[in-house]
Amino acid sequence: MSGSVSPPAEPGVPSPSGPVAPLDRTGGYLGPTGQAAVTAASRAAPARWRLLLRKPTFFVGAVILLFWVVCAIFGHLIAPYNPLAQNLLFNNTPPSGAHWFGTDPLGRDVLSRVIVGARDILIITPLATILGTILGTALGLAMGYLGGAFDLVVGRIVEAILALPFVIIAFLFVVALGPTVTTITVIIGLVFTPLIARTVRAAVQVERSQDYVPSARLLGENAARVMFGEILPNVMPAIVVEFTVRLGYAVFAVATLSFLGFGIQPPTPDWGADISANYIGLISGYWWQTLFPALAIASLVTAVIFIADSIEQVLAA
Amino acid sequence: MATFLLKRLGLMVLTLWILSLIVFFAGQILPGDPGRATLGPLAAQSAVQALDAQLGVNRPLITRYLSWIGGLLHGNMGTSYSYRTAVEPFIRAALFNSLKLAVLAFVIVVPLGIIGGVIAALYAGRSTDRIISVTGLSLSTVPEFVSGIVLIVVFGVELKWLPVTASAGAGASPLEQLKHLILPAIPLVFVLFGYIARMARAGTIEALNSDYTRTAVLKGLPQATVIRRHVLRNSLLPTITVIATQTGYLIGGLVVVETLFNYQGLGNLIYKAAVNKDFPMLEAGVLVIGVVYVLATLVADLLITLLNPRLRIGGSQ
Repeated sequence: MSGSVSPPAEPGVPSPSGPVAPLDRTGGYLGPTGQAAVTAASRAAPARWRLLLRKPTFFVGAVILLFWVVCAIFGHLIAPYNPLAQNLLFNNTPPSGAHWFGTDPLGRDVLSRVIVGARDILIITPLATILGTILGTALGLAMGYLGGAFDLVVGRIVEAILALPFVIIAFLFVVALGPTVTTITVIIGLVFTPLIARTVRAAVQVERSQDYVPSARLLGENAARVMFGEILPNVMPAIVVEFTVRLGYAVFAVATLSFLGFGIQPPTPDWGADISANYIGLISGYWWQTLFPALAIASLVTAVIFIADSIEQVLAA
Repeated sequence: MATFLLKRLGLMVLTLWILSLIVFFAGQILPGDPGRATLGPLAAQSAVQALDAQLGVNRPLITRYLSWIGGLLHGNMGTSYSYRTAVEPFIRAALFNSLKLAVLAFVIVVPLGIIGGVIAALYAGRSTDRIISVTGLSLSTVPEFVSGIVLIVVFGVELKWLPVTASAGAGASPLEQLKHLILPAIPLVFVLFGYIARMARAGTIEALNSDYTRTAVLKGLPQATVIRRHVLRNSLLPTITVIATQTGYLIGGLVVVETLFNYQGLGNLIYKAAVNKDFPMLEAGVLVIGVVYVLATLVADLLITLLNPRLRIGGSQ
């Protein structure tokens, strides 16, 4: 009952429930777990891979994501200019043959900054999402399986945290601890923990009523064994979907923190920070300095969401 | 009904209390000395200590928490470190501005989201549904400042249809104010559309698959009547909860939009308070967001109880 007041979607972070996600009264989402758990277990992994690769949305998303991964790894080799090199004689120049995306107020090449700017965001987002998923899964399993007082107390705390927009919590802590790659990663991971825990909890509650759970207990398995050995494999599809969707929101979070000045710090090339530094120039008509980093963020987020949606479709099929 | 209400109110008070603890202690871990932050690095140490004593920040943590919460219960939100005056008028003015923007966003997004979700549900599994669902999910993960930048470039800078700042200036007519608020409201609409459409879709699909819909179809009612009288009435209940819970996000998520469009709302106020280490302002602002969220959730619960006689008579879920 602890989650009964809680909303189906959390503030700031749209709930990950996919296209067909019946609401449950606990405020989590039943998601694909119910059906998917059964079908996923019965279908061999290679068959699912083939289904996934045949989805056009997955293909488009994967190609865009791959492009940015290549930029993140080999950015300095691909970029036509040094992203930090200033040339005040050619500042604020519009896109041209020499500078495809124009130059910024310090005369730095915008294209080079967009390419190299992929690096930090692509390091932070997967690490933060993995951290949040591991912690959230453990917490959600414990809440859903143990229930009782533990669920009630933790549920209240989760509820209180979810009452605050996650961007605000994140920036409170980043202000306190300093904006390094490590702190941003850990904080986003911790902020995601209650969100993921809620989804996992809802999925676990569905599983708990299945026959195999009491059977495992009658066989003498202890709580940890039942949670991680029996229930976890069955809620795995829900966790995979949750992970990919959260990856999209991690991009949202990192970019937003950077935009607010609490993320990657200048002069390191970063999409959010570059937008923050240059959006004043929009009034003077220097649109290329902000539009291209903005499109980079939008394309990365969309790519991740396309992949997440395809995976969910395949798991629910 | 009475026990249901009491239980809801009890849980609400509990959530708010935990929230106050989180907000207070998160504010306390922010490093730095408020006296030093206010007076600057050149001020004498004795002056800093005197100001700290005057602000009461040299007292033990528990004493400060108790006096803060005691003040709040008497309607006293504390004194701003930056402005040296009461926090309350700032919060009140900012909340009013944010509400104007939030209401505008809601007025646009609620009908759009519901219509989008219902259409997606009626075409479930077909390409219309896929397009609405994937577009909604992608839009809701694109950070507000990214869509905001694109909108400013297109409608503000290139087409010059709409002003690029949110404040119309003092004494502007309501129509002029509205014109300034349209561009900032659209990024919020983008983020919210996906949520609302998804919930409306899920609710509608559930209602479409129900026995009462089958009966209505089988007894020969026209499709439009079935959808209006039998499907929508039931499918929109969960959507109300989603809409209500998004109020919290809206007011908090405004941080980014208000910063981008330079609008004097609650989000902007909290952001500046965090940058200036103005704890009382920060804590009061964040707590107000929490209160708005919790109240909105309560209103949603009550609305659902009123609209759904099954819950009213049963008295419990």
